[in-house]
Order: sequence, then C-alpha cells, then structure tokens
Amino acid sequence: MADRIDVSIEHRNLPQPSTNERPHPNTCPKCGSHYRDDELAENFWVCPQCNHHFAVRARERIKQLADEGTFQEEAAELRSEDPLEFFDLKPYPERLAAAEVATGLGDAIVIGRAAVERVPCELAVMDFQFMGGSMGSVVGEKFARACESAAERRVPLVSITASGGARMQEGILSLMQLPKTVCAVEDLKDSGGAMISVMAHPTTAGVIASFASLGDVIIAEPGSLLAFTGPRVVQQTTREKLPEDFGLAESNIRFGHLDAIVGRRDLRPYIGRVLRLFSRDGR
Amino acid sequence: MAGEAELHLRDRLGRLKGFGLLRGTRISGELARLQRQLEKISEASDEEIWQHIELARHPDRPYTLDYVERIFEDFIELHGDRARAEDPAMITGLARFADRTVAFMGHQKGRDTHERIRRNYGMTYPEGYRKAMRVMDLAERHRFPIISLIDTPGAYPGVAAEQHGQGGAIARSQALMSRLTIPIVACIIGEGGSGGAIATALADRVLMQENAMYTVISPEGCAAILWRDAGEKVKAAAALKPDAANCLQLGVIDAVVPEPAGGAHTDPDEAARLLGEALQSSLEDLQKVKGEELKRRRRARFRSLGVFATATPEVAAARK
Repeated sequence: MADRIDVSIEHRNLPQPSTNERPHPNTCPKCGSHYRDDELAENFWVCPQCNHHFAVRARERIKQLADEGTFQEEAAELRSEDPLEFFDLKPYPERLAAAEVATGLGDAIVIGRAAVERVPCELAVMDFQFMGGSMGSVVGEKFARACESAAERRVPLVSITASGGARMQEGILSLMQLPKTVCAVEDLKDSGGAMISVMAHPTTAGVIASFASLGDVIIAEPGSLLAFTGPRVVQQTTREKLPEDFGLAESNIRFGHLDAIVGRRDLRPYIGRVLRLFSRDGR
Repeated sequence: MAGEAELHLRDRLGRLKGFGLLRGTRISGELARLQRQLEKISEASDEEIWQHIELARHPDRPYTLDYVERIFEDFIELHGDRARAEDPAMITGLARFADRTVAFMGHQKGRDTHERIRRNYGMTYPEGYRKAMRVMDLAERHRFPIISLIDTPGAYPGVAAEQHGQGGAIARSQALMSRLTIPIVACIIGEGGSGGAIATALADRVLMQENAMYTVISPEGCAAILWRDAGEKVKAAAALKPDAANCLQLGVIDAVVPEPAGGAHTDPDEAARLLGEALQSSLEDLQKVKGEELKRRRRARFRSLGVFATATPEVAAARK
C-alpha cells in the first residue's frame, strides 16, 4: 500500500489564521475575496465572486440610484439633541459628534428630491454607519419631511432602510418615531402618493415595525436580515433552534412579507419600472 | 436635570391654566395631577425610578382582565384573528362603558405559572395584533369608541412570530389606528414595552398609570447593550426615564392616572375606579370632536413628537 502523500509542506506554509476580530471591510465575509474600494464601487459594492452585498453608505447609494445631478438634499441642517441627558459609558452628544465626524452625515438618514431613470421622486436613504442606522428624533423628522415633500410635489417616495432599530439614547422619544413615521406615510398615501420600500441589510426592530413595512411595494436586497428581533436575541430568549435562513430576505419572501428580492445591480432599473407604474403623469 | 424638568412641567402647567378651551372640574383634576407630578419630579432619584419599574411589574398588580371586570358591563370577549390563530396574550371584546358600547383591547399577563405560559407572559404574536386590527375595523364600522390597555414586556421574540410577520403586524396596526375616525383612548397600566406596546397605543389620548413604565427597550436589555452588563439595569432605567412623570414632561403621554397609595395592587377596586374615571372623562372630551378632525389631530399629535436642533447653515455647508 502506498504511503500517504506528505502534505506537511503545505501545512507549514499555511497563512496564520486571522486573529483580527474585525476583518477588513473590503474583505468579503462570505467568500473571503478582497477588493479595492474602486473595484467594489464599480460593482455596486457587490462581491463579483459570490454576490455578497456589502453595506452601502447613504451617499454612495444615492449616487447608484439617482440620475446624475438630480439629487437635491433636504433638511440637511437637522441635528439630534439630547433630551434625556443620556449617559451610558459615554454621553450621547459625544457619540453623536463621533458619528458625525466618522460618517460626514448629520444623522442616520439622508433625504432629498431626485429622479430615477428620469422619473421624479423623493429619496429617503438610511446609513447604517451612523450609530447603527438607529432611528431617533432626527431620523423620524427627516423621514416625515420626505413624505411631506413627496406629497407636495405629487411624486412617489423611495425609502431605503438599513437600521438596527430605535435609538435607545433618546428613550421613549425614539419609540415615538414609530407612530410618527407611520402617520407621515399614511398622510402621503391619503394624498394619493405611493411609497416604495427597499429593505437593505439590516432592517430590524423599530424600523421594520414602522414605515419600512408600509411600502405600497416592498422589495429587499438578497441576504439581508429583515426581522423585528434579531437571531441572537431570539436564540437567547427562547432557546429555540433557529432555521438557517432565519429572518433573511429569502425567508421573508417565502412567508409572504415581500414583493420581490432584487439584487443591487438590478435595483435602479427595477425602481425605475415601479416608479413609472406609479407615476401620475400618465393619468 | 430635575431643575430643567421642573421648569418644563411648570411651563406646561402654566399653559394648561391659561388654556381657555380646557375648563371644568376635569381640568382642575388634570392640574392637580400635574402639580402632584411636579412635586414628585423634583426629587426623583435612580432608585425611585427603579421603584416604579418594580411596581409596574409587581406580581400582584391588576392586569387587563382585573380592570375589565371592574370597569365594564356586559363584556363579551372576541377571539381569533379570522386568519390563523387565537392569541391569548391579547384580549379583545365589546362592552358597555358609561352608557355606550365600546370596543376593547388589552394585553393580558397571567397570574399563576400555568396562565402565564398560556398568556405567553403578555407577549403578543402577530396574530394578537391582527385580532386587535379586526376589532378596530369592527369598531370603526359601528362607531364604537376604542379603549386600549397596554401591559406587555414587548412583542414576542420567537421564530414563529418572526415568520408570521411581527414587524409588519406592528406597523400595520399603527397604520390602521391612524386611519380610524372614532375616539381612541389608550392607557399604559403596567409595562409599556417598546414596539409591542406602541402597536395598540396610537391613540387620541394616551394615559399612563402613576406606577406604569413606558420604554423603548427594557432596562435589562439596554444595560446589556450599552453597559455590556445586564446588572446595570438600575442605571439604565434611570437613563431611559420610563416613568410617568418623565413621559408626561416629554409630551409622550397626555395625563397620569393616579393609583392608590403604595401602588395599584394594594387596592385594585380603587385603582379600577380611578382608571375608569380617567377613561370616561377622556372619552367624553373626544366625543365632542368630529371623526375626520379626530384623525387629523391624532396624526398631528404623533407627528409633533421628537426633539431636535437645526445646525447653522455654515455647519451644514462645511460638511458637504
């Protein structure tokens, strides 16, 4: 019988397993491929190898979707206050300042008028990098203003969400942003307006339990976590065995909570098509 | 902080006193209540806020059905969401209250272990909210005012609940409440736990019992995330300010319903009488308002909630 092939040399030269807790943001968490910024940007921040959808910053997302030069930001001047004088390990204003410096954004949402495939609309785009995309008073107010701007101009609203939920540092006022945004969407709908909700990874807790679930058409990006309660908390609280696709877009569409799962590369033409269907010019 | 809170409350008190529309005994009751809150807020410490939490979760605290049997007549319970299941964590029904028929909904916890499990500790599945929505539709059609009692640690965080659309159910329940043209009065009678609570609390009048709590996340959950130690729950509770006085000051609730000294559990009959009185006076106020106007005001009320600042144009421009 032949001896086994000696593989010790391969083992000897194996790279050390990464000890980094946080791998490089441009390393695909699914397949391990690594890219330069420009490679990913060119590819809509989708892994060309395995189709993993990386997180997209709000401004980048607007660049991907809006016709060039059409985006006019609204309510950029709004900033969070600290109504509870909230202090955990750091004071809330310090966290806000750090987030603003790190992201260049005033809060976790950017709103404004735009056109997608030449159809005028209103965009409301969340940014997960700003305190986990959490919804406090500013996010609620800006989203409500986006609804009002859409209603006033008689154009559809396109909302793109990425959020861990309500912003704890604003206590009960952050919970009140759920009914606030719900009322804003209902006012928009009463005016005859339409809302297209795009859920990106992750859309959870307070945001999925309010405006994100109220789109006339609800679509999601592949692989995104869309859940009221995330898998870790469900596991800890209930000790249930979680299905492999727990809370993912693919599970949500099977259970009837989504109209479509649309890959990011197809998102712009898809939104364009939906906007044309809801456009009030032809009526 | 207490100093500033006091100022806010004094300001509110001043405005209430000067508000011509608000008159009569009920308003003086409101003033007395605000006054009492004012006295309380000036001295609330971390431990005192924690005491409210303990009272809100007290095992003997009256639950929804304890109030139903004391406040209503001719109560019939309505079961099932007409689609998939019956959720015993949410009670819905019709009853006579102050000479009119009202529609009713409220979370129900259990008193003993067996019932706690059956009621899922007052944690609703999407089916519970859908049952409430079905009863809201029924109420709208028959012009029955709605009374909604809130007492839940939160919506149930389980696999099936997610699969059945917990987030969407909470969103749609709120959306439906924002469309109704009948008076809605909600009262937080124990735990007002986050999304599970707000799902049935988008009301014209939001009341809160003196020792109830209303919060975006449980103090334990908040401590685990922000302090990385669930043991810091007392600190987290103080930071979240979930007590009635703070909720009133922030404009989240409209009035505080007093409880018997020592908490509602010391005298459930008296607690029910006080709650019934508050519900009745709120309903009477609301029934003077036309349906479409009610809906408009309800939405405006929630649209106005939140505190934010406007950065100077230079700051905004520098960022771009």
